Amino acid sequence: MTGLLELDGLEKRFGSVVAVDGITLSVPAGEVLGFLGPNGAGKSTTMKMATGFLTPDAGTARICGFDVVSYPVAAKRQVGYLPEGAPAWGEMTPASFLKFCARVRGFGGEDAQRAVAGAIERTGLEPVVDRSIETLSKGFKRRVGLAQAILHDPKVLILDEPTDGLDPNQKHHVRQLIRDMAPGRAIVVSTHILEEVDAVCSRAVIIDRGRIVADGTADELRTLIPGKKKAGLEEVFRFVTTGQEMVDA
Amino acid sequence: MRNVTAIAGRELGAYFGTPIAYVFLVVFVILSGIMTFYVGNFFGRDVADLVPFFTYLPWLYLVFVPAVGMRLWAEEKKSGSIELLMTLPITVTEAVVGKWLAGWLFIGVSLVATVPLWVTVNILGSPDNGVIVLSYLAVFVLAGVMLAVAAWASSLTHNQVIAFVIAVAVSFLFVTSGTPLVLDAVRTVAGDAVADAISSLSVLSHIDEPFRGVINAADVVYAATMIVFWLFATSLMIELKGAD
Repeated sequence: MTGLLELDGLEKRFGSVVAVDGITLSVPAGEVLGFLGPNGAGKSTTMKMATGFLTPDAGTARICGFDVVSYPVAAKRQVGYLPEGAPAWGEMTPASFLKFCARVRGFGGEDAQRAVAGAIERTGLEPVVDRSIETLSKGFKRRVGLAQAILHDPKVLILDEPTDGLDPNQKHHVRQLIRDMAPGRAIVVSTHILEEVDAVCSRAVIIDRGRIVADGTADELRTLIPGKKKAGLEEVFRFVTTGQEMVDA
Repeated sequence: MRNVTAIAGRELGAYFGTPIAYVFLVVFVILSGIMTFYVGNFFGRDVADLVPFFTYLPWLYLVFVPAVGMRLWAEEKKSGSIELLMTLPITVTEAVVGKWLAGWLFIGVSLVATVPLWVTVNILGSPDNGVIVLSYLAVFVLAGVMLAVAAWASSLTHNQVIAFVIAVAVSFLFVTSGTPLVLDAVRTVAGDAVADAISSLSVLSHIDEPFRGVINAADVVYAATMIVFWLFATSLMIELKGAD
């Protein structure tokens, strides 16, 4: 079965540092993949290559069959991407920002209005549509980034730490949104919040120093520590990324 | 093309989204007036034309254009929005041209703001308006060339101040290489051929003839080549360095 998103032997080095060291993954439609790993493990770098922002040193990524290196524009049309920290143009309002994104994504006239209105509604941006983005709270800024990512109803959604720094209500809202979007789409969510895996992900991949060290459903991951039938995800995380079991679990 | 206009439109909105743009325009108009009336000795010459204005404009552009262009890429890199921009379904070329176009239009607006000078000389006398139109076009194109240099400088760094300094330095080379000061020195040391080659690269040597009302194919080719070259260099930097 071929996935909507396929990473094929992705590698990236910065100087002498190997950031991503041969990541191969396939994410089929309907799957929400949790992309876990310690800080600096290469999560963001992998996502930047998958979305065509960084050019891989080796390997490639395919989105709906389009190779991001050879056909970047066709591939980018199919992706919604929330970069880490949800950057946006601060002087714009969410309304004008989303209108710009809609236009660049090929929507015109009424279609653009409908796409923008839909994204605003699904992310709950109504109260702030006419304020400049730089004056918004962190939660709203994140929602602006999410709105931009889902605006064109993409087949592949790549979200880099979508809930980082949000309060529990906002987290709940974002997770609900991800669950709602899941059918028919391939979604990758990077996080270091392990509860997220149980909350939204149908599968989790843990990477460490640029390599995949664990891959499976949350329940499969729980069996990874030898001698333990049902370990906590945190224990598993520590075990596969440091080789140590938690002393006190 | 639609992507280019969308990006240019957004970028132009960003220029006018802050009060700095208006301060900028006002300062430019005042400075160009000072250049014309005081430095250029407008009244002392007793001729109703805009020669003093156009003669000093390239020197004013030496700081004005890099200031307009410095934020184009450096700002995107600093705020991280470059990642957003470059993962939209657009090509690097579209982004580079769209941004440059926005800055160029902004400079165009600043030139339009100097039209009262033109009106003034028409009230004082009867200048050759054809020459003035061509001179306006020439300085506008000159600004386009210098802005392409500034856009390239901006693509090198995430620090706008560094981008500004690099842009001024490189533009300075292209302006001064046409002055007698530099050319005479080179002529003495390296001979006529080298001096002529350097002179032909200078923006000043390509703006003389339009200022006298002559359109020369060589000058047009020079400007087009310079703009394409520096925008191409910008694309390369964005492609190679991304957000670094």
